[in-house]
Amino acid sequence: MSSRIPLPYSPKVLELFRNPRNLGPLEDADVVEMAGSPACGDMIKLYLKIAHMEDGDYIEKASFESYGCAANIATASIMTELIIGKRLEDAWRISWKDVSNELGGLPPIKYHCSILAVGALKRGIRSYYRRLGIQPGWLPKDLTIEEKQVIEEEKLMERYYRSMASLDANQG
Amino acid sequence: MSGRVRELLRFHGNPPKEVYYDIENSGFVPKEVIDVMLPYFNSIGYGHPAITHKPGWEALEAIYEAKEALARTIGNVDPEEIIFTHSGTESNNLAILGYALRNRARRGKIVVSSIEHLSVVFPAQHASELLGFKAVLVPVDDNGLIDPEVFKAYVDRETVLVSIQLVNHEIGTIQRLRELVDIAKDVNPDIVFHTDAADAYGWVQVDVKKLNVDMMTISSHKIHGPRGVGALYVRSGIELESPLKGQLSVERLWPGVENIPLIAGFKKAVEITFNGFDSRIDYVRRLRDKLIKGITSTVPHTLVNGPLNEYRVANNANISFLFVEGEALTIELSLNGIYVSSGSACSSRVLEPSHVLLAIGRKHEEAHGSILFKLTRYHKEEDVDYTLEVLPKAVERLRAVSPWKP
Ligand SMILES: Cc1ncc(COP(=O)(O)O)c(C=O)c1O
Repeated sequence: MSSRIPLPYSPKVLELFRNPRNLGPLEDADVVEMAGSPACGDMIKLYLKIAHMEDGDYIEKASFESYGCAANIATASIMTELIIGKRLEDAWRISWKDVSNELGGLPPIKYHCSILAVGALKRGIRSYYRRLGIQPGWLPKDLTIEEKQVIEEEKLMERYYRSMASLDANQG
Repeated sequence: MSGRVRELLRFHGNPPKEVYYDIENSGFVPKEVIDVMLPYFNSIGYGHPAITHKPGWEALEAIYEAKEALARTIGNVDPEEIIFTHSGTESNNLAILGYALRNRARRGKIVVSSIEHLSVVFPAQHASELLGFKAVLVPVDDNGLIDPEVFKAYVDRETVLVSIQLVNHEIGTIQRLRELVDIAKDVNPDIVFHTDAADAYGWVQVDVKKLNVDMMTISSHKIHGPRGVGALYVRSGIELESPLKGQLSVERLWPGVENIPLIAGFKKAVEITFNGFDSRIDYVRRLRDKLIKGITSTVPHTLVNGPLNEYRVANNANISFLFVEGEALTIELSLNGIYVSSGSACSSRVLEPSHVLLAIGRKHEEAHGSILFKLTRYHKEEDVDYTLEVLPKAVERLRAVSPWKP
């Protein structure tokens, strides 16, 4: 197989892999967002139910589905736990590092799992306000690190398959 | 460091039943092999085999006996044509880099297949980057077979070295090697042909004379010998320069003191392997067929990777479970006592799935869901039954979690 790497997952990762919290689609979701792809080897679908309150928009419910390794399932699960009950403005400030720390740290090769989960969240929050036609002051115009990384990962695969297709075309 | 893994293992616990299928990456050593090794740690042959005292001569005798045993199994070659190294990886490095170093003034083209083990691919690339050779990868078809017509186009007057494995380690393809050797030697009889037989040895007949190969790699832990010892057959007359420099001992081409207990264990594993060769293979093939059939008939959306005919070696089952990621599946199975590996990117150092699966035309998402099983004479029917009971549930649980649906 390809070159191997040791993956000493924390017990927390295994625990959440085995018993994920907030798993499955939300019927009444206001936000449904995807990041990653099957070709990348990891993909997350995030569901958020938003409640409007006087002091801001709150994440009333959050859930996920995940295709990917154990770390991918665990990061998505723990992130939903972190954001439920938070204002979108506060959820926005959660970084991939926060999510990783919450799991007792991820092996570096798995940082991208946490990036993917947070990337999906930020994408979701952005598209929520875009749909409402609102640009809150706290929401930056520029893409965050996590959003950029996710796009990069998705593009990498697209490029790979485009180059394969052109190879095939040349041979055929 | 260790605290973390200790915690992980405590959480994991010991499943009530355990079935180990990951012979590709290493395996247990049976008691009969350990029993042969133990005396060499402290009662006999613990000396240096190139020093003039009794424990040294005992060590030397153990090396000679092991070479003779190995030599008999690959076509009664001269035992002096066998070199012990400390792994299959080292044997492949010695074959390719050893050849390239020795012939660096001449240079030329090194041809390897696109599904070789990385211990062949990387040394070939290294020879091309550092020593001025040109490394080329021959493509394979959907089954991992090299088309002789395609091969002809890759081997030319510039070619000096070819390395093509006899059996692929991931998808079990048995290459039509003799045909490829003939093509190469037809182009130029001086082309040196190496084959990595790490996964062929013990599973198909390997007679270096019948195959007409010049060098051949064997690895001990692929046949339930101890890990950390390998052999390279080098036909007399082939000149190599060792990439490893240091004090020579018995081996001219591999400096450092030989590891006698491991060599003695390797020899014992060789003897066990060749005792009842055909009946063992029939037994393993039957279990393997039951496993593949059981999986593909109970789990929907699977793909068997590699040939489904006489070109598949008896011990190999490699199956992609679509809509599931392989690393997650290895962990889910491990928690249930079934130990396998995956060609998924998530378990690799670079985030790329198995180059072998990509080379036979599998898409990334198909490779990500691949699981490799290798069966041995130590598996029992009930092990396969248990696997067939656990596996469908494991796949189902992970598919239920996934947003990627059929
Ligand atoms: C085909 C092949 N060649 C070489 C090797 C390397 O052998 P070792 O593990 O002894 O270094 C392996 C082991 O995985 C293999 O499968």
